[in-house]
Amino acid sequence: MDLTLHVWRQKGPKNNGKLETYPAKGISPDMSFLEMLDEVNEGLIKNGKLPIVFDHDCREGICGMCSQTINGRAHGGQERTTVCQLHMRSFQHGDEIFIEPWRARAFPVVSDLIVDRSSLDTIMQAGGYTSCHTGGVPDGNAHPIGKPVADYAMDAAECIGCGACVAGCPNSSAMLFTSAKVAQLAVQPQGKIEAKARVINMTDALQAEGFGNCTNHLECEASCPKGISIKFIAKLNREYIKTIAG
Amino acid sequence: MHLTQSTVGRKLLMAVTGLLLVGFITMHLLGNLSVFAGPDGINAYAEHLHDLGPLVWFFRLIMLALFVVHITLGVQLSLENRTATPVNYSIKKRMKTTFSSESMLYTGLILLAFLIYHLLHFTFQLTNPEISAHNLPLDAAMRPDVFTMVVLSFQKVFVSLVYIVGMLALFLHLNHGLSSFVQTFGLNNGPSQEKVTLGGKLIAVGFLLAYIAIPVLILARFVNV
Ligand code: HEM
Ligand code: SF4
Ligand code: FES
Repeated sequence: MDLTLHVWRQKGPKNNGKLETYPAKGISPDMSFLEMLDEVNEGLIKNGKLPIVFDHDCREGICGMCSQTINGRAHGGQERTTVCQLHMRSFQHGDEIFIEPWRARAFPVVSDLIVDRSSLDTIMQAGGYTSCHTGGVPDGNAHPIGKPVADYAMDAAECIGCGACVAGCPNSSAMLFTSAKVAQLAVQPQGKIEAKARVINMTDALQAEGFGNCTNHLECEASCPKGISIKFIAKLNREYIKTIAG
Repeated sequence: MHLTQSTVGRKLLMAVTGLLLVGFITMHLLGNLSVFAGPDGINAYAEHLHDLGPLVWFFRLIMLALFVVHITLGVQLSLENRTATPVNYSIKKRMKTTFSSESMLYTGLILLAFLIYHLLHFTFQLTNPEISAHNLPLDAAMRPDVFTMVVLSFQKVFVSLVYIVGMLALFLHLNHGLSSFVQTFGLNNGPSQEKVTLGGKLIAVGFLLAYIAIPVLILARFVNV
């Protein structure tokens, strides 16, 4: 199939960017979205032009590197799908596709579709850890944790840190990401030690990094490729209330 | 203090003040509906309120404080959210959020404008002095004739329109606000969200219909002096 791409091109963080139009011809429906971009880049390189710069790594939906807003939706907006797992069969011959980087003050553009997401790392460093010794691998099951708690923590741990929740949020808030970390650790015995400081420090870091405030638009949950639920944001709010109430 | 500066803390204060304001509009509505009981309804209600004396002023001060906190934080948080997104997408598709959620600042500001008009109209009685209770004769039981003031006011199309627009803004504001505060207080468990959203919408519709009935029924001459 043949498509027309409108891609955000921006040389560097300090340059102005704009949408450029490129044809994508002879695309197979079996390609992933990133393979389609690889094809377009081959053509650009052959013609002596700079290829479109984009983030990617695992290409199997687990690393969280791929990050593109496609036709106004983070990762293309398909349920529980990262860009690398989005296939061209979900498009039609003749489609116009708009591809833009994540937009947020806390995610400055590095080049074209690549943004700097180290602000999420800063949030993690502020409290996304526990200080207790968990032992070596064999000790993994030494401290039994009930199935419901383990399942809940695993659901939160599914977050791959891609930043789609920020990209989709009208306020550019990283509350879904932060809440997944806070909730995952808060319910487990190992995470209880720093539970109080964690919710304060991580949400303070979120604010300091220039993310917006959550106003419950619920766009994050709909944008998230891992189906992280806003119930974790409710949990974060409860943890905050508990901490403030002393 | 963390509560007044942090991202979650200020959100909680918005929710608490918002909820108390909802408490106020519930009481206010129940009082207002007494207009349908005629002069003996609303005139007696208005006189009882006045008899409370200093308590009324205490109550007004609390209301003022609630509004100041709610509005200051609302504007502050909204402005911060705007700075957090300096470049807009050339296309942005809404996935789950609603018009109500996106227009909270605007419906809030319309409510503020409405509130000022409302106070000038019925409390200070400056906008339509010729039909204000200050200038109308007392009713048969020698009470200020609030009933006649309300009825003659809402028989004016302009006045009724202002109130109808104000109540539509209230509906949109509550349509987001009522389900939002449940989440802000941490009372959601994921699957409950849909029901909470529906519940919030139904209550918001209830407020809209009940409040709007007053100008609409008077404008349609179901209630006369
Ligand atoms: C009758 C008056 C009002 C009532 C009953 C009311 C009620 C509420 C409620 C229940 C919330 C939800 C809190 C939460 O999200 O957890 C809210 C949020 C909000 N209100 Fe009001 N409010 C009123 C007036 C105003 C006014 C005058 C403004 C003026 C700017 C305003 C601006 C906002 C904003 C910006 C939000 C946050 C929106 C969000 O979370 O997305 N409100 N209000
Ligand atoms: S919560 Fe979802 S959208 Fe946000 S960073 Fe984690 S995986 Fe990505
Ligand atoms: S490239 Fe790893 S999740 Fe898409």
